[in-house]
Amino acid sequence: MAQRIVVDPITRIEGHLRIEVEVGDGKVKNAWSSSTLFRGLEIILQGRDPRDAWLFTQRACGVCTYVHALASVRCVDNAVGVTVPDNARLIRNLLMGAQFLHDHIVHFYHLHALDWVDVVSSLKADPKKAAALADQVSPAGGNVNEFKAVKARVKKFVDSGQLGLFNNGYWGHPAYKLPPEVNLIAVKHYLDALRQQARTARMHAVFGAKNPHLQSLVVGGVTCVADLNADRIAEFKYLWKETMDFVNNVYIPDVVAVAGFYKDWGKIGGTTNFLAYGEFPQSAKEPESLLFPRGAVFKRKISNVQPVDINLIEEHVKRSWYEGDKALNPAAGETKPKYESLDVNNRYSWMKAPRYNGEPMEVGPLARVLIAYGKGHAPTKKAVDGLLKALKVPQEALFSTLGRTAARALETKIIGEAMEGWMGQLVENLKKGDTKTYQPYEMPAQASGVGLNDVPRGALGHWIEIKDQKIGNYQLVVPSTWNLGPRCAGDKPGPVEEALMGTPVADPKRPVEILRTVHSFDPCIACGVHVIDPQTNEVYKFKVV
Amino acid sequence: MKQEKVFAQLEQKGVSRRDFLKFCSFVSATMGLAPSMTPKVAEALTAPQRPPVVWLSFSECTGCPESLLRTTYPWIDELLLEIISLDYSETVMAASGQAAEDALHATVKKHPGKFICVVDGAIPTAENGVYGMINGKTMIEIAKEICPKALANICIGTCSSFGGVAAAKPNPTGAKDLESALGPALTTPVVKIPGCPPNGINLVATIVNFLLFGKLPDLDAKKRPLFAYGKTIHDTCPRRSHYEMGEFVTEFGSKEAALGYCLFQLGCKGPETYNNCAIVKWNDGTSWPVQAGHPCIGCSEPDFWDKMSPFYKSL
Repeated sequence: MAQRIVVDPITRIEGHLRIEVEVGDGKVKNAWSSSTLFRGLEIILQGRDPRDAWLFTQRACGVCTYVHALASVRCVDNAVGVTVPDNARLIRNLLMGAQFLHDHIVHFYHLHALDWVDVVSSLKADPKKAAALADQVSPAGGNVNEFKAVKARVKKFVDSGQLGLFNNGYWGHPAYKLPPEVNLIAVKHYLDALRQQARTARMHAVFGAKNPHLQSLVVGGVTCVADLNADRIAEFKYLWKETMDFVNNVYIPDVVAVAGFYKDWGKIGGTTNFLAYGEFPQSAKEPESLLFPRGAVFKRKISNVQPVDINLIEEHVKRSWYEGDKALNPAAGETKPKYESLDVNNRYSWMKAPRYNGEPMEVGPLARVLIAYGKGHAPTKKAVDGLLKALKVPQEALFSTLGRTAARALETKIIGEAMEGWMGQLVENLKKGDTKTYQPYEMPAQASGVGLNDVPRGALGHWIEIKDQKIGNYQLVVPSTWNLGPRCAGDKPGPVEEALMGTPVADPKRPVEILRTVHSFDPCIACGVHVIDPQTNEVYKFKVV
Repeated sequence: MKQEKVFAQLEQKGVSRRDFLKFCSFVSATMGLAPSMTPKVAEALTAPQRPPVVWLSFSECTGCPESLLRTTYPWIDELLLEIISLDYSETVMAASGQAAEDALHATVKKHPGKFICVVDGAIPTAENGVYGMINGKTMIEIAKEICPKALANICIGTCSSFGGVAAAKPNPTGAKDLESALGPALTTPVVKIPGCPPNGINLVATIVNFLLFGKLPDLDAKKRPLFAYGKTIHDTCPRRSHYEMGEFVTEFGSKEAALGYCLFQLGCKGPETYNNCAIVKWNDGTSWPVQAGHPCIGCSEPDFWDKMSPFYKSL
């Protein structure tokens, strides 16, 4: 008999998310994703100074703390018609690169790993065997004393009876497949990564003042001109190198090692269509110069990457808590919030359901990697083919929970390696005496602009209308809305809903398998819900029926 | 507990005496304590029973928990494994769904009046709070249920302290800070650590103060710890002499900007903002907004999104 499971709250994400699934014969038959927080940032932006927009939109999310800042200044740069100096482009790329390095490491270890790693099982590990195993999988190898110390530390923690953040985990669940030694390695790296992420975030502070919520951007460029000196560049480079050592010696080997025990997840959790706006402009020319290309893929045909036309984007509201059921392009959307009750047969989320050419599209690391692969991007091709070979799995395994998690690790390395080039270009510019970081501009009375970005969680677009030098309208269409939004007018499930179908659930009371697929999308929800009416600029009185 | 015993215990955990003392001195200094207090700080941080902490996230962006994750004195793993017992935090806890809810209620039941409640995010109150729900309950219901049972409530960030971005005009969801949302129902003490986000070190120092003295730190009229919010950014700014000399930056990226002149004319809100950014700086002392050439936006002050904006217009 079919059984309903509700997981609310989904933890180890940003924001507030509820997942409901119907399980029959040990598998998910149907799934519904609900976003349960509404803040209304876009309403708050109306009538304000366009130069201030990025500081507001940045507060959409403190995890992807840089991305809504960058998306917004790009969007307003576009509206006022300013091309930022080369140094500003490089600094912005370096800060975005650092965001990816930080975000993906934290996601794998602190938000995702506990779905695969049994912390309590690590207490049964033999530190000697763990060290020998680490020698095999990582270029950095293992140190038996370190594994002994970690085991002792975890034991003391567990013996204290205060399990704190590890309390009530699904420990001992039969879906956990790692041997105790691999669990111990992963627990050690969970703790190491807690420290590494704090150091990696310092890259943001070097040219961005602080993290979270950097503060060195402005429309027209960046403000950190006084930091463009040898000391600061060396500091950034040192932190980058330390992070890349972690990525190459710890993160990627761990993903490969853990994936080896969960190859069945290469057949679970896949979706059908993929969209990427592309990221990292290598010159002022976009999208031609983007490191990760822009494109759309339908029905998994990665050999046939389509160009992206933003006019084909529509946001549906039929199953969301808004009035009506019209699907509209973001540039002409209308939104009238109307909360009824959470009813998965009717309306069940504050998120709208974005569709591209009528189709739900997965965005994020897997979409970027598939599209880059399909377009023959050499570093991506090399990384993907290498991984498939190491795991001895076919290319189809990419369309899965495992593929999504692996793609995230692969692009971390590709982006990290590209950062070295941008640091080099910055140094070359400074050597030539080019220290320009800002291009002055006039604020037009009326203008409109768009900023397309590809950020750790996927395709992110900001749209602005400037009226009388103020914000007339501001719109965000964000990655987690693409991935975690509800059904559309055509009743097509969103990507996470599609991905969940067929997921095995061994014990409905402890649905760790559901968390695996949901977390593989790295949900980041606070930015996903917003409201605007560009036609009337009316701030709606919210109705509760 | 004798100091030597503390160190022996720490070394067992793989924390070197030198590192730990460095941290304790840093916390003592942040709190404005005399150096002689450092061993006491060390002692407070190694009590056998770790104080239970629950962290409630409401209408927020997760910038505040992220800011705490950047702490390096102590490292965040030490804070989580050896100093406090973080029994509920949607951001990092292993458990999800009902198992997470159970963990929260078990702690509240087991330690009534004894757990520390950290709150980030504002509380949506319009339309009976439907704009924020967790496990079928509104955020206001959750706050009403949990916060009055805490030993003390630490509002971390400008949202839970003063309403923050969700409460900026026209405040579409009726977002309120914790105290305003609960009103007289909130009978337990409140301390506010505002900032968007606040520096993690100020939360750590507040918890240490509590472990050390068994009470909250001295607060100003807005319930902010004086050790962090006692002086303005302007009074502690390394660029202050440029202000006195009339040396201002009037355009980003200019020669004056490269020389590190005063940002007042570009809109710096330092003169009206109480915080210790200029002293402790961010991310292990790496930088802070004015050092990176950007004006202070006054992010730790009440209603700064409305009162301090437009941000690039001078005071």
